[in-house]
Amino acid sequence: MKKELICISCPMSCPLELTIVNGEILSITGNRCKNGEIYARQELTHPQRVVTTTVACRSGLWPRLPVKTIAAVPKDYVTNVVTELHEVEVEAPVLLGQIIIENVANTGIAVIATRSLPHETVKE
Amino acid sequence: MKNQMRKNYSVIVVGGGPAGLAAALGARQAGAERILIIDREVETGGILNQCIHSGFGLHYFKEELTGPEYAERFNQQVRSDKITILTDSYVLNITPDLKIEVISKKHGYLNLRAKAVVLAMGCRERTRGAIRTPGFRPSGVMTAGLAQKMVNMKGVLPGQRVAILGSGDIGMIMARRLILEGCQVVGVFELHPFSSGLTRNKVQCLDDFDIPLHLSTTVAFIHGRKRVERLTLAPVTTDYKPDLKQSWDIQCDTLLFSIGLIPENELSARLRIKMDPATGGPQVSSTMETSLPGVFACGNVLHVHDIVDFVSEESHRAGRYAAELALGMRRPGDNITLYPGENIASCTPHSLSSDREQTIYLRVKQPVKDATLKIGNRYEQKFRTLVPSEMVKLSLPPKVLNHFFGEQLRIEVSSEEGAQ
Ligand code: SF4
Repeated sequence: MKKELICISCPMSCPLELTIVNGEILSITGNRCKNGEIYARQELTHPQRVVTTTVACRSGLWPRLPVKTIAAVPKDYVTNVVTELHEVEVEAPVLLGQIIIENVANTGIAVIATRSLPHETVKE
Repeated sequence: MKNQMRKNYSVIVVGGGPAGLAAALGARQAGAERILIIDREVETGGILNQCIHSGFGLHYFKEELTGPEYAERFNQQVRSDKITILTDSYVLNITPDLKIEVISKKHGYLNLRAKAVVLAMGCRERTRGAIRTPGFRPSGVMTAGLAQKMVNMKGVLPGQRVAILGSGDIGMIMARRLILEGCQVVGVFELHPFSSGLTRNKVQCLDDFDIPLHLSTTVAFIHGRKRVERLTLAPVTTDYKPDLKQSWDIQCDTLLFSIGLIPENELSARLRIKMDPATGGPQVSSTMETSLPGVFACGNVLHVHDIVDFVSEESHRAGRYAAELALGMRRPGDNITLYPGENIASCTPHSLSSDREQTIYLRVKQPVKDATLKIGNRYEQKFRTLVPSEMVKLSLPPKVLNHFFGEQLRIEVSSEEGAQ
């Protein structure tokens, strides 16, 4: 069986063509680098995504703080992760990389701040 | 007043987004002493601050970062390089002898001087007015980037049931973002027969969430007097005219436009710099200098990029050349001119010098498969696919360029077959 996938590991977006026999990948073509192959195997067995969203931030320069999961979570968990983060509020100042939640939506994966957010009164 | 502003600078960078930050760092690395970045926002980082998704930095940092992380790396470097930043400040005018008038929240009116100026104002989004979408003028019609700022920085949703016109990257990314925030996205509608954003964004933003992408379709009418109530959508004929006989209506309260970006060149226009109609930005030499000596341009104000990594690379170079000029260094003038030929929408820079490696960025007009890119008669490179939404970066070493000394070079792309 032939299956087509688009590698989403980088902006090149390589079109991959997989040959699958009895659920096993026999060949992968179209990838411009080895990450394409890793992606294809992952996507076929356990698709996963890094989640980026925001949480509320009290007295920050902006009222929202951008965050991400430090690793990809199973694709089916994306909505749960975002829903749990809707309830979170942190207090400024926040530092880049600061842990917001240790284990989000029981995935065992932490969520961290993707920027430093100074207090609303701090100006450069 | 404490913190009085200095008046004279070696290099002044207009705009503190990715282009301006990289240009300032480039200028510092080349040895310029007094460098100033001017930005109209409350902080530097530009559009990166609201692009909270990941996908940045794979070329420049060799790892995948979110927009804010990418910005913070540059912000930290700019701070540790002791580059002066003036935020909440707007450049009103630049004169041909490089006096810069600024209006600043903190300092009021300022008249600054620079030995070299780098234009790094970026671009802005095309709006409904640019394509004259018929209909009423209710609230709920806005650009995708504005919705992105509202959602990601201010925590405000633009509406509940959202339609998106244009499959630009910001549009597709906002489709996913709004779904995750609990909105409904009724569809993404694209005038062209192909998506205008990166394919990976179609996959991870639309396909992952079952958001339909309707190609060769446009909004024929916006209904609703106070708030958007419904849209009339229509397929387009091959000459991009809506076919109203086949139109249908869809209920929604919000319409986002993601229909392209325009370099923000009001300052450049006032300086009467020579422009390139194909890019909407200035014409530049191999040192990224515009037709006005001492004025350089880089990033999206020069030509709209699709990858910030390329903006950083190009702008770092522009900053270096600006610093060299400020320090009194002279380079040999360009000896090769470039112009776009068959299936080339635009190419930058507009002239090259054969004394060092040259980087060329270009875009094709039509998608092609198994394409051959030709420069003059002596240089060829093969590409499996080329699409308008993905800018091509070429590096030409001096040993290739030497063949072309004094020539006018035509860049063109040909192919065995047209692609879908
Ligand atoms: S295969 Fe490699 S080059 Fe192609 S999209 Fe995937 S990561 Fe990028």
